[in-house]
Amino acid sequence: MSKHHISVTINGDPTEFLCETEQTLLDVLRDELGLTGSKEGCGSGDCGACSVRLDGRLVCACLVLGAEINGSKVETIEGVAAGHALHPLQQTFLTEAALQCGICTPGIIVAAKALLEQNLDPSEEEIRYWLAGNLCRCTGYDKIVRAVQSAAAVMRSA
Amino acid sequence: MGNEGNQFKYVGTRPVRPDGVDKVTGQANYGADFTLPGMLVGRVLRSPHPHARIKSIDTSRAAALGGVRAVVTSADFPNLPSEVAAGGEAPVNYRHISCNAIARDKVLYEGHAVAAVAAASANLADEALALITVEYEVLPHVIDVRAAMRPDAPLLHDDLFTDGVDPKPTKPSNIAKRTQFVMGDIAQGFAEAEVVIEREYTTQPVHQGYIEPHACVASVAADGMTTVWCSSQGQFMIREFCAKLLKMTDSNIRVIPAEIGGGFGGKTTVYLEPLAIALSQKSGRPVKMVMSREEVFRASGPTSGAHLRVKIGAKRDGTLVAGDLELAYQAGAFPGSPAIPGCMTGFAAYNIPNAKSVGYDVVSNRPKCAAYRAPGAPMAAFAVESALDELALQLGMDPIELRLKNAAQEGTRALYGPKFPVIGFVETLQAAKAHAHYSAPLKANQGRGVASGFWFNIGGQSSAAIHINDDGTAEVVTGNPDIGGSRASMAIMAAEVLGIDLAKVKPLIGDTASVGYSFLTGGSRVTFATGKAVCEAANDVIAQLRARAAKLWKCDIEEVIWKDGVAYPAQGQTDARAQLSLAEIAASAAKTGGPISGKAALNVGGAGAGFGTHICDVEVDPETGRVTVVRYTAIQDVGRAIHPGYVEGQLQGGAAQGIGWALNEEYVYDEQGRLQNAGFLDYRMPVASDLPMIDTVLVEVPNPSHPFGVRGVGEVPIVPPLAAVANAVARAGGVRVNDLPISPPRLLAALQKGHH
Amino acid sequence: MQVATVVFQPAFARRYTEGVTSLEIDAPNYQALIEALDERYPGFAEGVAARVAIAIDGEIFHDPLLQTIAPASEVFFLPLLEAG
Repeated sequence: MSKHHISVTINGDPTEFLCETEQTLLDVLRDELGLTGSKEGCGSGDCGACSVRLDGRLVCACLVLGAEINGSKVETIEGVAAGHALHPLQQTFLTEAALQCGICTPGIIVAAKALLEQNLDPSEEEIRYWLAGNLCRCTGYDKIVRAVQSAAAVMRSA
Repeated sequence: MGNEGNQFKYVGTRPVRPDGVDKVTGQANYGADFTLPGMLVGRVLRSPHPHARIKSIDTSRAAALGGVRAVVTSADFPNLPSEVAAGGEAPVNYRHISCNAIARDKVLYEGHAVAAVAAASANLADEALALITVEYEVLPHVIDVRAAMRPDAPLLHDDLFTDGVDPKPTKPSNIAKRTQFVMGDIAQGFAEAEVVIEREYTTQPVHQGYIEPHACVASVAADGMTTVWCSSQGQFMIREFCAKLLKMTDSNIRVIPAEIGGGFGGKTTVYLEPLAIALSQKSGRPVKMVMSREEVFRASGPTSGAHLRVKIGAKRDGTLVAGDLELAYQAGAFPGSPAIPGCMTGFAAYNIPNAKSVGYDVVSNRPKCAAYRAPGAPMAAFAVESALDELALQLGMDPIELRLKNAAQEGTRALYGPKFPVIGFVETLQAAKAHAHYSAPLKANQGRGVASGFWFNIGGQSSAAIHINDDGTAEVVTGNPDIGGSRASMAIMAAEVLGIDLAKVKPLIGDTASVGYSFLTGGSRVTFATGKAVCEAANDVIAQLRARAAKLWKCDIEEVIWKDGVAYPAQGQTDARAQLSLAEIAASAAKTGGPISGKAALNVGGAGAGFGTHICDVEVDPETGRVTVVRYTAIQDVGRAIHPGYVEGQLQGGAAQGIGWALNEEYVYDEQGRLQNAGFLDYRMPVASDLPMIDTVLVEVPNPSHPFGVRGVGEVPIVPPLAAVANAVARAGGVRVNDLPISPPRLLAALQKGHH
Repeated sequence: MQVATVVFQPAFARRYTEGVTSLEIDAPNYQALIEALDERYPGFAEGVAARVAIAIDGEIFHDPLLQTIAPASEVFFLPLLEAG
């Protein structure tokens, strides 16, 4: 079967790609477009390491097919910083040591950014439930939750 | 507490880690992020049976499929003899590693690799796997560790005879080894005891659960020169194991470490790498292999499930007089569970004059276990620390007081042999007692548990090189994958010793051809041992800088002193004209003898033992049996925290893993010996909403064997939580559960039984 | 006194030292210690090679070949450990 020709906007850039029917958005990002910041931890939507925004909605890129996103807007971890200006979440993750191995970090930052865009003052509980779909095995989540709280504070005062 | 670090400029501070920006922007390259032109995709055919003889493998149809470039089976690998060799810190049997990477004669667990293919695309590779015909003679299997120990159990290995028993057995067994440690006279000890607690415990195998599946790319050139890009806990370990399994020389394999997405002990061996090399040898093309999460669960190592029996005898005043521990650990398909460290660590935290521990290493039809954070210690501590809690309750003693009364101190002889040098166990107990958490009020259905833990920590071979650039900046090269922020520690220690700005120090992790040998990242050794190598390399640099200053000043090197990054003449330090900064000396390096480059290659001893004490509050829902951890504090003697943020992170992460072990995680097998929960949805690791904040207290009793007093910190934090949680549940609900995990159905059943 | 006290776990002793769990050996370093033990218990050197670590006065060494042993110190033979 021939490949699908898909046109999308990725991190603001108009982008075209060809993909097989069974290729996921994650496969397309990583294998076709070289955007390897989104990670595959499970391929079944359980770990959140491939979290991206699809037309603003937070999704697991491993659960979306490349062929079904024609005309959509995709935001990945590679688009979170504005050039060299890091997003407040990226800053606070660094200053508060909120990552160890770092493999879950891109997905968590993308997910947390989606939270803060709709709620600039989330409670600890809201942060924990919002990030419940993003597994981290290194940190015990403590410093991740605190870094999200700190970023929210920075963004509120901005 | 813990911030006497003000005697240092950088040690004890919390700078941003050098690799941080790459990791928050998605630029960091992990195992699966690497590609080469012309690269093939490798896939593995795995056994559907837990135990079967391989009668034949027909790969001809797969090999004939267009786009398939190579197919390998065990016939493509050297048939290695079964012998134990020294492999780093632990003995290694390369035949077992080889047969685990690709089955020879028999498959020993569901998911055991049988063949591998390399093809132009993942689809083609999967299609090729379906064309391989394997004829199996299915054999009876055994999953449960106690069932595997029975004389009539199905045998995994015809040539496995129990080691460590007299006389030497004449019949093969699934019990690979019996280990025993004895001190004093336990019969006499129990005769003196006024209170005796004896209980049995079980723990389930749990997976390390790193989020990054195993991944590698191997490329073999026409001259045989082989390059492997992969994420692991040790590029030198990968090189050594691959060379042994494929009968290659070390120098023909270069391993380039990727960033590692978690390991926790699980990436201290090879699975895919030898297969990828063999496929690349055969196809002449680079081959990439990445495990699926399902493969990670079915075919990479969890830690052992365990069956334990513990008996503790004490005087009425709480003085421990006797201890007896027997444990059987599941090794999985090949011998090598951490039963020995289980025996060694179980009673190590306490001064028990008469003690014995016996361990059995038992094979069964499960994936071969791998190291997991303080291998073997958490299970033994679960048994001992649970029994101590019952003892405290029976004696009406505060559980911290009971531990303080018996805590190991400098000079206490551990059951496994030596007397402890300077340790900080008592200090962790005192800090726990003094912590606000310990006296905070509890609500209805809540309980508070306390438990402690011990890990040896290790040193070992470590190399470091420091290259000084013309502008006075420094490159610090080490050979250990950075699994949790170690580059930050290396940079901090180098800057502190050299006396230069931290911003001028760039740490990097070399591949096997660009830095001296280093034992893998594990055993809580890197900040201690490789950190010591970095300090020594920095001292080597300073010696060279002093020699250059001496040349410029036409004086003897002894007349030059080094302080805060500046060379001074030994006399007349106040003379501002007679000073040379590191940058000034570096700028003139060409004129004074060439590049300035320091190195150290050490085999580091003196790893200071680590101890921790955890306090856990849980709330038990009597309607559902659900346990919620509502407050948690982890206290540990860390020697000296180089970067406290990442030290706290080790404590928090270890505690979270231990909580998962206690409450949720387990392997579920069906009657056919097939794993039923090989995915994150059903193998339930703690998620953010399962946990509270995890408070930490860093106690600092410096290790005299390290320039800054470092003790390893990564292993200890997973040792106390199993019992801390179980003890809290027992005190909350009045029912003690000695079988992990304390899942809602199990606790509910226990509550219902207990209330009748 | 120059001799070191060498201590074995009973199971280890049964296997390698005819059940003797503690003995005094005059040896300034690990090599000399192993040679002395091998002389007393033939096969000792081969039996323990690559399989043990030692603790000298509580400090554990995994590759002790050239380790010096101070007078009157205590040497303990231990199994090798796995790294997590």
